[in-house]
Amino acid sequence: MSPESLLLAALMVPVLGALAIAACDRWPDLRETATIATAAGLLLCVLSLLGPVLAGARPQLTLVQMLPGIAIAFRIEPLGMLFALVASSLWVVNSVYSIGYMRANSEAHQTRFYVCFALALACTMGVAFSANLLTLYLFYEGLTLITYPLVTHHGDDEARRGGRLYLGYLLGTSILFLLPAIVITWVVAGTLDFTSGGILGRGLSNAAIGGLLALYMFGIGKAALMPFHRWLPSAMVAPTPVSALLHAVAVVKAGVFAVVKVIVYVFGVDRLAGLASVDWLPFVSGFTIIAASIVALRSDNLKRRLAYSTVSQLSYIVLSASLLTPIAVFGAVLHIAAHAVGKITLFFAAGAIYTASHKTEVSQLDGIGRRMPWTMAAFTVGTLSLIGIPPAAGFASKWFIFSGAAAAGDYVALAVLTVSTLLNAAYFLPIVYAAFLRPPAAGDAPHGEAPPSMVLAMFMTSALVLGFVFYADPLLALARAVAGMSGS
Amino acid sequence: MIAENLPALQVVVPLLAAPLMVLLRRGSFAWLLATLVSWTAFAIALALAFKVREAGPISYAMGSWPPPWGIEYRVDALNSFVLVLITFVASVVAPYARASVAAELPRDQHYLFFTMFSLCLAGLLGITITGDAFNLFVFLEISSLSTYVLVALGRNRRALLAAYQYLVLGTIGATFYIIGVGMLYLMTGTLNLADLALRLHEVHEMRPILAALAFITVGLGLKIALFPLHFWLPNAYAYAPSAISSFIAASATKVSVYVLLRFYFLVFGMPLVFGRLPMAQILIALSVLAVVSASLVAVFQRDLKRMFAYSSVAQIGYITLGAGLANEAGLTGAVVHLFNHGITKGAIFMLLGGVSLRLGSTSLERVAGLGKTMPLTSFGIVLGGMSLIGIPGTAGFISKWYLVLGAIEHGYWWLAALIVASSLIALVYVWRFVEMAYFRAPEPGAAALGEAPTSMLVPAWIMVAGCIYFGLDTGYTVDGAHRAAQVLLGLVR
Amino acid sequence: MSLAGHYSYWVTIFLMVAGLYIVIARGNLVKKLIGLGIFQTSVYLLYIAPGKLIGGTAPILDASFSTYSNPLPHVLILTAIVVGVATLALGLAIVVRIREAYDSIEEDEILEKDRAGEEDR
Repeated sequence: MSPESLLLAALMVPVLGALAIAACDRWPDLRETATIATAAGLLLCVLSLLGPVLAGARPQLTLVQMLPGIAIAFRIEPLGMLFALVASSLWVVNSVYSIGYMRANSEAHQTRFYVCFALALACTMGVAFSANLLTLYLFYEGLTLITYPLVTHHGDDEARRGGRLYLGYLLGTSILFLLPAIVITWVVAGTLDFTSGGILGRGLSNAAIGGLLALYMFGIGKAALMPFHRWLPSAMVAPTPVSALLHAVAVVKAGVFAVVKVIVYVFGVDRLAGLASVDWLPFVSGFTIIAASIVALRSDNLKRRLAYSTVSQLSYIVLSASLLTPIAVFGAVLHIAAHAVGKITLFFAAGAIYTASHKTEVSQLDGIGRRMPWTMAAFTVGTLSLIGIPPAAGFASKWFIFSGAAAAGDYVALAVLTVSTLLNAAYFLPIVYAAFLRPPAAGDAPHGEAPPSMVLAMFMTSALVLGFVFYADPLLALARAVAGMSGS
Repeated sequence: MIAENLPALQVVVPLLAAPLMVLLRRGSFAWLLATLVSWTAFAIALALAFKVREAGPISYAMGSWPPPWGIEYRVDALNSFVLVLITFVASVVAPYARASVAAELPRDQHYLFFTMFSLCLAGLLGITITGDAFNLFVFLEISSLSTYVLVALGRNRRALLAAYQYLVLGTIGATFYIIGVGMLYLMTGTLNLADLALRLHEVHEMRPILAALAFITVGLGLKIALFPLHFWLPNAYAYAPSAISSFIAASATKVSVYVLLRFYFLVFGMPLVFGRLPMAQILIALSVLAVVSASLVAVFQRDLKRMFAYSSVAQIGYITLGAGLANEAGLTGAVVHLFNHGITKGAIFMLLGGVSLRLGSTSLERVAGLGKTMPLTSFGIVLGGMSLIGIPGTAGFISKWYLVLGAIEHGYWWLAALIVASSLIALVYVWRFVEMAYFRAPEPGAAALGEAPTSMLVPAWIMVAGCIYFGLDTGYTVDGAHRAAQVLLGLVR
Repeated sequence: MSLAGHYSYWVTIFLMVAGLYIVIARGNLVKKLIGLGIFQTSVYLLYIAPGKLIGGTAPILDASFSTYSNPLPHVLILTAIVVGVATLALGLAIVVRIREAYDSIEEDEILEKDRAGEEDR
């Protein structure tokens, strides 16, 4: 199949899959098979595209003219390829996990869940492969809306309130900031196509560039830059598979993906380099890193701690991208992948803990490693990745982020990164310690390990974390292409 | 022969159907005739739009009396767009009306309903197509009077007072308009719109002209429900029969906006209206007030029809905002929003009609759990709501885009910010519906009532599909609006 | 021009304002309609009075006359009068139905009944 048809297939497979899943409503086993088949099909399409894209092909597809001069169009470039790869591969693993979780917890409305999930992945592919800002915005908003039923899955008051915050922050930031930013870009640049080197040229004064960047950065609420990060902990009312994929991979990654895409392909690294008016971005992201880590440290609820850890890690990517050196951008892009595999492992473990023992707080986890060795082993692996200890995936990306900060001569950034790494250790390692080395609390009801499909999923992601060095070459090549570095 | 007389037929076909329905007396015959007439009118409107696109403006002399002494029907890119909108809405509402009217009106009034519907359609089409200022008044009153009757036919007794209020305010509005036209006639001696535009340049004494502008503005403002002259609208929309709420929400105010646009840009002219007078600032200020205050009031409404009626006042504010911006982007946004809001509100009110039919009420508490009991209806309302908010992928986004573009091109950053901020207010009231419909359990017994009848769902969903389609593939709507904007700005005839 | 020269316009303005005042200030629904009618009558005068030119004769062509009064305003106003009559008739019909439904034709009493919250009837 030609790359263009593969591109179309990658967009259509999740949609058709959603229809198939909906049709199989009455036969749960068939429905679950449909989900796995769709996820596998998508991964196949994306993997088939990897080769051509690495070789330099840039498949394109134009659909309708949404506005005169701006079409809904797709064009695969390295950053989008990387994002699509991460999202599609983790969807397969997450589907395996979801089946175990949803069945073990006897969740209601499972068909709705799987259908929305598939459609969310379709929107993610749309974001990843978008050729211009309007297409990106279209699928970005679509992603927000289609994940709303997933976030509010339980349908109770708590879900409703969480959903309000989720929607309020995400739609609020995108309508208030992102949309005007896109219109301004259209007025100044006359085009919205993503172009290497940026499209803004000399049309805006340096101060205006800074203002426009602010509109973009705060408008892309999915990147959870403070103070617009509150939606992320609120979304933890969702069932854990939702938290896992969407908030460790698709939704937040769509945010940082958009951030990097805007910096590299709308503004252009060269246009931003050395401008005083963009100096605020490393500070805001640096502040987010530290502040979120502190909140994580003080959170007893496990999912909340993970959520704030995500806020912090996302700002690693924003900070690194804002340093504007090639190595820093390289590190940022790599971290999109590395953080995804690490975080999803941690969320899987949190969900497994809840499913098996109904425990949600960190303080309840004493001695749980004895009862759930596989789960906690996976949790440990995830922790290693997030702290940045080799051979976990997080080590590679953190190495490059640190290098990038050093290359930019930004000592404040280096300090922030160092402190943050220490804080990461401070809020994750005690959990591992308590789980394995402390005796269980008295009066603790006995329970077993999580269901097999969940354990299998955790095993797969842990393997991805630890085995990073074995499969990372294509990812490194893609990241290098984005950063504009020539290969070695 | 037919092809030459299309402009006349556009009005004559619905006009002649009306007395025919009175003679026929049977409700179902009247409905059938109304549907056929609407579809015919739609076909004629499409034919006219096509002709205008190919060959330029069409000038039709009524009774072969040459303009400017005779009454002229003139179709150009601006009003052909509006004609298509009105006839499209009528074509979809007419089939819908059968079940809706059967549920809401007593049997012996059905044929009268459709008679008035045809008259209203004829009136609206006449307003749009005529090129004579006084003829416009006649059609304005034809459409208004029939609308008053239609509103009064509502099931609730409050519809009567709503119709009365609408009658008084509407008549004052039309009379103000005719005072303005009278002054123009006194100063120029002509009633033909195109001729007026020419003659107004030669007038030396400007005071009557300015007074005429003021009277026409206020008069049309009452018809448009421009803030603060909008007080008749919430009651009229809330208590009218559902088919009528849908029809007039999509057409009546839009036609009056069209008249305002034509007078401002093509009769009085931009140098007078926007150069000499601060109409741009006044329009923008009133529009902003309309958008913000009406959206806020909508949030606190307890009845869905009232909520969406206030939403209409806000959305009309967007249209007049585009008019006030008076640049190509702003006017394109205004005209395309005529269309987009027309189909969005038409869809929402038609779906609410289904709710009213099944549940007997459209109050917010009663629609609890609607997502389970009437899934297609609720999802349709959600999609319509998203178009009101301006989510990309819906028609409402396209209008918002152009309005923001128009504001930014003028350098009015605060206005662009206001336009997007007001979308968030719309998000609040749409989400009130979403939370009620999807997060609450339905009332006992509601589940047994089932979904709305298919004859109502299909037309409503045609409009909903239109909302989505025209948000993705905007070839026709944006192109038509763009040409209309160019006509208004005098860039094209 | 002198006060007397604009006599018809003064009357027009008086009727216009009086009519509007009645519509706004009176609570009785029928009186409002009467006020509306007066308001509309002022417009008739606004059109017709200027039609009569000083020294103009009836608009019948004849060789001995050169100035004719304008017949067009009469045509327009005939139409407007018909519209006004239709409006009045419709308004009164609605008032009759309001009387049947509310037992009153005073606006404040009707609004009071509505406010008292009698639901769909």
